[in-house]
Amino acid sequence: MAELTVKNLEKKASTISLRRKPRWGETIIQGLLFFSGFFSIFITLGIVYELGKEALLFFQMPGVDLLATLTTTEWKPHVNKFGIWPLLTSTLMTTLIAMAIAIPLGMGVAVYLSEYAIPKVRSTLKPILEILAGIPTIVYGYFALTFMTPLLREIFGKDVVQIYNTGSAGLVMGILILPLISSMTEDALSAVPRSLREAAYAMGATKLEVALQIVVPAALSGIAAAIIVGISRAVGETMIVAVAAGAGPNFTFSPFIGAETITGHIVRISGGDLSYDSIDYNSIFALGLFLFIITLVLNIISQAIVRRFREVYE
Amino acid sequence: MALNNNFDQKYIIETRNLDIYYGSFKAVAGVNMRVERNAITAIIGPSGCGKSTLLRAFNRMNELYADTSIEGEVTFSGQDIYARDVDPVEVRYRIGMVFQKPNPFPKSIYENIAWTARIHGYKGNMDELVENSLRQAALWDEVKDKLKQSGLSLSGGQQQRLCIARALSIKPEVILMDEPASALDPIATLKIEELMQDLKQNYTIVIVTHNMQQAARASDYTAMMMLTNGESRSGTVIEFDETNIIFTRPKDKRTEDYVTGRFG
Repeated sequence: MAELTVKNLEKKASTISLRRKPRWGETIIQGLLFFSGFFSIFITLGIVYELGKEALLFFQMPGVDLLATLTTTEWKPHVNKFGIWPLLTSTLMTTLIAMAIAIPLGMGVAVYLSEYAIPKVRSTLKPILEILAGIPTIVYGYFALTFMTPLLREIFGKDVVQIYNTGSAGLVMGILILPLISSMTEDALSAVPRSLREAAYAMGATKLEVALQIVVPAALSGIAAAIIVGISRAVGETMIVAVAAGAGPNFTFSPFIGAETITGHIVRISGGDLSYDSIDYNSIFALGLFLFIITLVLNIISQAIVRRFREVYE
Repeated sequence: MALNNNFDQKYIIETRNLDIYYGSFKAVAGVNMRVERNAITAIIGPSGCGKSTLLRAFNRMNELYADTSIEGEVTFSGQDIYARDVDPVEVRYRIGMVFQKPNPFPKSIYENIAWTARIHGYKGNMDELVENSLRQAALWDEVKDKLKQSGLSLSGGQQQRLCIARALSIKPEVILMDEPASALDPIATLKIEELMQDLKQNYTIVIVTHNMQQAARASDYTAMMMLTNGESRSGTVIEFDETNIIFTRPKDKRTEDYVTGRFG
């Protein structure tokens, strides 16, 4: 009996095959996945190359000088003045105003949704916010021009507020970015484990103490990322500022005066009949490169912040 | 002090015909038990019989997330803690809790205790309070040189003692422990059990445990819980007595089967 078992085992052992089997499905899928990853990187590199090449052409043109571009405050292509500051300040202005709206409101919405709202309210409010994010930005642009601007003129006076102004564009841009920030922040807050909230509640903490002193600090890295993504979005936002912020570069810090942002300027110039290789045509690539660098730097900062403040809670 | 003396001072928590519901499902039914002051009361029973649910009814933790409700009464020092004008924050301030999985805040060891004291308006010497709390939890000697490090840098057993220190810092009257040693190794478990014996002098402890040896070793009273066999499948306390009686001559056959390891 015992002998028989051993014999069976020996026979079995000799038929076991550990050889690699071809798995064509796996190989094909793996190849496709690699291709899609490679493709997106390739496209990005292509864009950077094109931007860089045309921008380089711009800076090689007679009368253009990188130092002057970075230090002077007049952008007048017809007289060969290419100081980027008027465009940059209005971009910064609209971004600043937008973030002043979007960050506090977005945080408030997120904390409310994740810590206070009962499930029914949350499941109604979240989709509404997401609809807000889905409205085409051109609609926001006309909302700024036909609602926000008249409102500002009503409040501050028609002689103070121009028809085109960075203030109204910034405010509406804040509304546009609000759902982005609140939704990312809410995700970060919801990811904080329930055990941490329970620990605080069990120590007799109130809802507000749990939300602001335990949950928010634990989610800080995600919140920082949400803010930086929001800023990048504001810097790159085009349609609202093109419609409502005004045409023509203007070096000003007043939110009530029309001033063109970098993106707004690119839209206006590229919409006209520009001959290839004209100085105007090349200048918009240089501006595009500036925008790209700004958002790139912001992304790098955000990653550094996330690494620095990551509170590991498990 | 003109206290309401209709209740027996000997018992700090009492339940009367307590039913606990998740939505319409009755998870725990008809519990009558009295938790004696400065004693250790263990709640034992098989998985899913409502031990943690019962424990969490003692400091109103159940109501935080799920749709829960109770019928019957839970009193703390004679006061109905589910009365309309009772603030659950005040209840939890006096009835602290330690969880199954150690859950220190992602703050420094020092801040874990200081934050807890601060939210209750502690104005005294914080360094002293932190040291005393850590000493009471038998953790001081191990962490006194690294108070600024994250509470999460500690080992599991140390984290659990930090959670106990945190609970002690606000001087609760009762400490609820929900399987506090089940995620720990035997040596860390022994430390927690020794600690419980020390804490008994000043605190009342209610502990849920899966580990019958632990209940037998560490507790004065034991409540045996089990699912009823009716169609509702609610958990209830089938026997509640001094621990040595539960483990040596239980009155209920099911208790005897469970503690002798015949099932569960």
